[in-house]
Amino acid sequence: MPTDLPSAPSAPLPASILAQGPNLIVSIHAALDDEQLLRLQRDLLERVGRDRSRGILIDVAALDVLDSFAARTLADLAYMAQLRGARTVVVGIGPDVAMTLVRLGVRIPLTQTALDLEEGLEWLGA
Amino acid sequence: MTDGTSTRTDAETEHHDELLLPELVAHLRDHRTQLRQQWAERITQAHLLSAMTNQEVFSEATSVYDNYVEVLETGSVKELQHYARDLSERIIPRGVETHEVVGIVLLLRDVLARSLFEKYRDDFDLLNQVLDAYEPAANRIANTVAVSFVEQRERVIRDQQDALLELSTPVLQVRERLLILPIIGVLDQARAQQLTEQLLHGIRAHRAKLVVIDVTGVPDMDENVANSLVDTVTASRLMGADVIITGLSSEIAQTLVTIGVDLSKMHTVGDLQGGIEEAERQLGFRVSKVPDAD
Repeated sequence: MPTDLPSAPSAPLPASILAQGPNLIVSIHAALDDEQLLRLQRDLLERVGRDRSRGILIDVAALDVLDSFAARTLADLAYMAQLRGARTVVVGIGPDVAMTLVRLGVRIPLTQTALDLEEGLEWLGA
Repeated sequence: MTDGTSTRTDAETEHHDELLLPELVAHLRDHRTQLRQQWAERITQAHLLSAMTNQEVFSEATSVYDNYVEVLETGSVKELQHYARDLSERIIPRGVETHEVVGIVLLLRDVLARSLFEKYRDDFDLLNQVLDAYEPAANRIANTVAVSFVEQRERVIRDQQDALLELSTPVLQVRERLLILPIIGVLDQARAQQLTEQLLHGIRAHRAKLVVIDVTGVPDMDENVANSLVDTVTASRLMGADVIITGLSSEIAQTLVTIGVDLSKMHTVGDLQGGIEEAERQLGFRVSKVPDAD
């Protein structure tokens, strides 16, 4: 993973990270490009350490597409966060996104998924 | 076409057509009642359109006749196309077959041709010229009607297929957040796709947590179908709903193992009842029998 891209802090990410109790709630508002995805991954992993988070919830309900790179990055993130002691759940994958992912042959175990924010929080035990 | 006619130049043909066609149309208009009657009789004799009453046949025959003459006059099949589509829409549900529709149009063509023979029988050259003008138009009319009918019928079949496809895969809620999807009949690629789509939308609509897919009614399963079933399960999981598959017959189980489809990641239970019970357990429902129920 590239750690220090010079242009990293340029534009704000179209995603917000909120701490709620022991969990981080990440909501992605618009499609992220590859560089932004990696930045989000890096930011989140840092936050997990700083906030001593136990769980990460990533809401992708606003996205119309999730390409294989994004899916892979989210799966990697889940694994990395696991190594730092936080569980990850991805929520809000819509029917079309789910079908596209399957059709693209994205067979990576995309961590834990849940229907929506409420379900995800329940799974995290919030 | 005889040698005499084929040696004429195009300019001459056009010249004659210009004069002949109006004459032809006028002739057909003048003898409308008689020719239409003849045609309707021949339809009845040929046992065409037997699904319709004589009166209906006669009134359709009138419209077709008028449209026919109009096409001869204007050379534009647009109106006729419209009418043929409309007619097909009306008679397809009555069980009228393609050969009947083509048959009646060809009959009309014959009836009119005969009347032309009779009119011009004394002048063979003129008759040839009249037929030169008449035949292409008549053929085009027959073609238009037949094509419209077939197109209309194909559209009806397509609509029915769509309706059937939708009916064949009901997504039903049996408990709060528990859906069942009974699959009955042969699964093919298109149906598997449709089924996945409906299931995923059902999951969202019902906020489902668990889905029981019952394949008791599926007689056979090949590699493609098995893989698309795996896709369905994967897609459901991405939306946060777990899937239990029930009712895999012994034949299908053997086939799947033989062709090497990996269903190990799928949660399977023997029959639908078992699947629903398992799902209820996972969702925290407890079903108990009231002692004095019977």
